[in-house]
Amino acid sequence: MSAPIQIQPGETFTLNVGPQHPATHGVLRVKMEMDGEYIVKAETVLGYIHRMHELMGENRTYPQVLPNLSRLDYLGAMGYTHGHVLAVERAAGIEVPERAEYVRAIMVELNRIASHLFWFGAFVMDLGGFTPLMYAIEDREYILDMLEAVTGSRLTYCYFRFGGLYNDIDDDFVNAARAFIPRMRKSLKKYAALVTGNIIFEKRLKDIGPISAEMCRKYGASGPVARGSGIDFDVRKNEPYSVYPEFDFDIPVYHECDSLARYMVRMDEMEQSLRIVEQGLDKLPDGPIMPKKKPKLIKPAAGDYYQAVETARGSFGIRIVSDGTKNAYRFKLRSPTYSNMHMFDEACRGMMIMDALAMMGSLDLVIPEIDR
Amino acid sequence: MGAYFNEIFRGLQSLCIGLGITFKEFFQPVVTVPYPYKTIKMSERYRGHTELVEDESGNPKCVACGMCQRACPSQSISLASKSVEYEVEVKGEMKTKKKKVLTKYELNFTTCSLCGQCVESCNFGAVTFSKDYNLASFRKEDFHFDLLNRLKERNS
Repeated sequence: MSAPIQIQPGETFTLNVGPQHPATHGVLRVKMEMDGEYIVKAETVLGYIHRMHELMGENRTYPQVLPNLSRLDYLGAMGYTHGHVLAVERAAGIEVPERAEYVRAIMVELNRIASHLFWFGAFVMDLGGFTPLMYAIEDREYILDMLEAVTGSRLTYCYFRFGGLYNDIDDDFVNAARAFIPRMRKSLKKYAALVTGNIIFEKRLKDIGPISAEMCRKYGASGPVARGSGIDFDVRKNEPYSVYPEFDFDIPVYHECDSLARYMVRMDEMEQSLRIVEQGLDKLPDGPIMPKKKPKLIKPAAGDYYQAVETARGSFGIRIVSDGTKNAYRFKLRSPTYSNMHMFDEACRGMMIMDALAMMGSLDLVIPEIDR
Repeated sequence: MGAYFNEIFRGLQSLCIGLGITFKEFFQPVVTVPYPYKTIKMSERYRGHTELVEDESGNPKCVACGMCQRACPSQSISLASKSVEYEVEVKGEMKTKKKKVLTKYELNFTTCSLCGQCVESCNFGAVTFSKDYNLASFRKEDFHFDLLNRLKERNS
């Protein structure tokens, strides 16, 4: 038997978290340099599920790329497809009927709630509480059932089309969505009592994992992570697109900069999304869901187009450089979690490993979206 | 000192609230389905793999134009056709006309991403989604679906 390894004082060792570790929520590998229980340095290693979505966007025609966008972020797929269709519509000059715009907003917000719910469950599970995950998934299931009845799919929707929608929503969906809103409000109260008020939960998150507003600016962080650090930025308000100016909603901002603030932002965002869905259902106009005049072959004029949207994880940008052919010349995706994740190294230095993993959970990483 | 005990009291209270919620949840109706014994009906618009649609006489509606083949992002569809001569009566005269008849329609399900571009591109309503979701096999060849054969089997 060999002698146990003795670590000298001041000596560090390397700890690999992932690429297959439940706490990383996917195939992310973190090379941590540890001094006992404390992190000296953490290097994030990507590339385990790189699928070349950007290159695919350049090799295929515009409609053929549509299914790819849902494969970026499997939890909030609607938001990403929304960005893509908006960018191509802007490039090709396609008018969108009003009803389609409203349905899109409702769908994106429902999907945002579903995404936050799953994050909420997984985040509490990272901290050791299993029960809230089950409650969150039960509520999420209602949303997925509603979306499945309309789009035919549960995760990778591929529901938006250039100029409109794949198929129209029916009364069943409207009734189900109306019934869902009070149910979800009740559930949010339940979560607040069960999780937010819990003393263990509070002790694990309060004043832990600080990310300053300055650091957010340095790394280009966006979404709930930036809003938890006191940066009042939401693409829906700051650069309004689609029908969002028509809705009355608030952007929750917390100034504590800790993991609890990021949690609170997401919990408040769910309530705001419910408000948008409610207003959208009230204002939903009748009419067609596809424009009358739609080009058969989508060939945007040569130029450079950019569209940013607010997805569940932050500001997602899509840049299309067209050379006038049916394929894009350059197809660039700016994914929010890519920037959010890179803060992890700087933010976790000197932290205990359990706190660092709790902070990583609060960043809401979805790896296929970082590594696209 | 008072704050210390206050926190202990508050903490215990929050734990009891949490336990109360889970206890209440214990008496709620069951929401899960014991899957292999009971299954859920698939929704009307469920997007499974594709299936050919037949006309009144039981032949496929497909005219082998190849639009779905071109629309597919992953080149999962391969089809073949042959030209058949048939006679029609036009203004009292018999005329021979040619039409394409489908001889093979293969869907490579290993690369299919269930996006539905083929169904949407079809101008004849000849392709639709199936409600099939119990798909598992150890062999790759099992996922090269011969849709024309499936249609014949369905009719027989």
